[in-house]
Amino acid sequence: MAEAKAPAYDNASWLGRTLNWVDERFPLTVLWKSQVAEYYAPKNFNFWYFFGSLALLVLVNQILTGIFLTMNYKPDANLAFASVEYIMREVPWGWLIRYMHSTGASAFFIVVYLHMFRGLMYGSYRKPRELTWIFGCFIFLCLMAEAFFGYLLPWGQMSYWGAQVIVNLFGAIPIIGEDLAIWIRGDYVIGDATLNRFFAFHVIAIPLVLLGLIVAHLIALHETGSNNPDGVEIKKLKDPKTGHPVDGIPFHPYYTVKDIFGAVIFLILFSLVVFFAPEVGGYFLEHNNFIPADSLKTPSHIAPVWYFTPFYSILRATTESMMPWLAAFVALVAVLTALSVRSRVAKLAALGIAAVLIVGFFTLDAKVWGVVLMGVSVLVFLGLPWLDKSPVRSIRYKGPIFKVMLTLFVIAFVVLGYLGIQPPTPGGTLVSQIFLFVYFAFFLLMPWYTAIDSHKPEPKRVTG
Amino acid sequence: MSSNPPMPPHPIAPDRPTEALKDADTTRRNLIVGTAVAGGLAGAVVAWPFLASLSPSERAKAAGAPVEADISELAPGQMLVVEWRGKPVWILRRDETMLKTLKDDTARLADPMSKRSQQPAYCQNEWRSIKPEYLVAVGICTHLGCSPLMKPAGDASMGSGWEGGFLCPCHGSRFDLAARVYANMPAPDNLPVPPYRFASDAKVVIGEDTKGA
Repeated sequence: MAEAKAPAYDNASWLGRTLNWVDERFPLTVLWKSQVAEYYAPKNFNFWYFFGSLALLVLVNQILTGIFLTMNYKPDANLAFASVEYIMREVPWGWLIRYMHSTGASAFFIVVYLHMFRGLMYGSYRKPRELTWIFGCFIFLCLMAEAFFGYLLPWGQMSYWGAQVIVNLFGAIPIIGEDLAIWIRGDYVIGDATLNRFFAFHVIAIPLVLLGLIVAHLIALHETGSNNPDGVEIKKLKDPKTGHPVDGIPFHPYYTVKDIFGAVIFLILFSLVVFFAPEVGGYFLEHNNFIPADSLKTPSHIAPVWYFTPFYSILRATTESMMPWLAAFVALVAVLTALSVRSRVAKLAALGIAAVLIVGFFTLDAKVWGVVLMGVSVLVFLGLPWLDKSPVRSIRYKGPIFKVMLTLFVIAFVVLGYLGIQPPTPGGTLVSQIFLFVYFAFFLLMPWYTAIDSHKPEPKRVTG
Repeated sequence: MSSNPPMPPHPIAPDRPTEALKDADTTRRNLIVGTAVAGGLAGAVVAWPFLASLSPSERAKAAGAPVEADISELAPGQMLVVEWRGKPVWILRRDETMLKTLKDDTARLADPMSKRSQQPAYCQNEWRSIKPEYLVAVGICTHLGCSPLMKPAGDASMGSGWEGGFLCPCHGSRFDLAARVYANMPAPDNLPVPPYRFASDAKVVIGEDTKGA
């Protein structure tokens, strides 16, 4: 209880008296110590551990610049495009605030993709950090929603047709799809109603959820403590005198200083983009989005912004000719599952679900399955903590099969991303179909290839 | 569970017998469940107006009136685009060679007789139109709603043997000159044909047919 504790600061100074006054009413010192100054993080964090704090930095950038953008932006189909140009040309420093926001959107995804890759490499999703990982996956989903809603707001051609394509994804759902798409748009086509509600989602609804999830992500992380490049649990070996992990160092000042260094390097790169190449050759801000939205004319080449293209490629690659292959893949996973699980119910369930899916592949439109696969390609990350059967966490001690699979997955992600930017061609479709299977094999075959894979023994302590 | 310790005396009613307190507990628990259920129902009912407010407004619904298009100036092979319910509607005047391609390509189409596709009954024929010469179709791809582009016969980007038709720039679906989709394309169905009628030889009314619907 607070009243039983001795004051933490010297009452002789004005600052000490103030802090003691606060501590009696709010656990300021307790929170500071438990979450920052005496939060012991593994001492062997490397380059890959910059991206969590950088994501937080980009979030602050997005919120700050976003607030100032709303002061001049008009969420009205007749005014939106012109109001963005007004910000760019007439509002003092408006161009800077807008470029910081648009560059921040891409930077957010770069940082988050690297942050997720770190998790894949070092097994940060493994027990007991499953909930940290799951909250993180939901943050990623929110981020995608946030980016999608935000992209409609400039009301350019890409905004308009991008939204048209994504909202129509829901139209692919059998029976209710068409009405659902109309309900989402609030009109029979993307229009003023759609723009207005997307604005509401972008500036208030999703950011609120996002902030809540980030708090949950951090609370869960600080409960279990951070993983590290060796994937060994630092809490197992504690100094008997202090009770702190021998391989841990306080987050503050050690990692606050390290993260500030990372932030400086990041801000240099960020500024280079903002000041010298804010469009990044059409990748961060697409050329066609400088043309006002026209509901009668689709631009000759439409592609989502780069960070959505891996998933978009998966959508595009799912054609009728792929269905037999997809059926074979599902059958393989189902048979492997049935052979591996002990309970009879689980065996039957695996085979039953596969049978239903395979019947579905040949009865419903390929378009429906494209939408399903795109959704699954994002949601499948949630399953990782239970798919990885390796006895060790980190790639440093995992065997060659995992290393090959992770490399193939990264190649698949990049190739799918590249092809998603390109106009559709028969050759490109074939390549993306092949890499689609690589993408899903990384996740869905993981229980078996990690089980048969060799591994090196984990060290007792972190190796630095 | 067999040896429950005796219940301590109730803090505010120490003189009441334990049995009576147990009954009171059950009553209280039932009340809590009842309140939770009633509260949940009320919450669900209150959610409805919010969800319903996202549906198209009365104004949006009213904006679907029929439109008229003047086709007197349309030369053979030429296409006109008009807006109906915010969507592009194509009016293509097909010449003899164009109509001939519609007979030759049926083997390569996904739904040559338009059995699954959307059109008024009077347009479910090989031309997908009232008059073979004029194609009227909603220029919105049945895949994900982009507007396909006209690609005339021999267009270099379409490969050899292209007889003319439409290409969706988003996912590459190809359609013939009756807006019928080729097989093995992302788009499942032919482009929809809206209800329409010829008010005169020079005027098409889109969104309304002879029944006056």
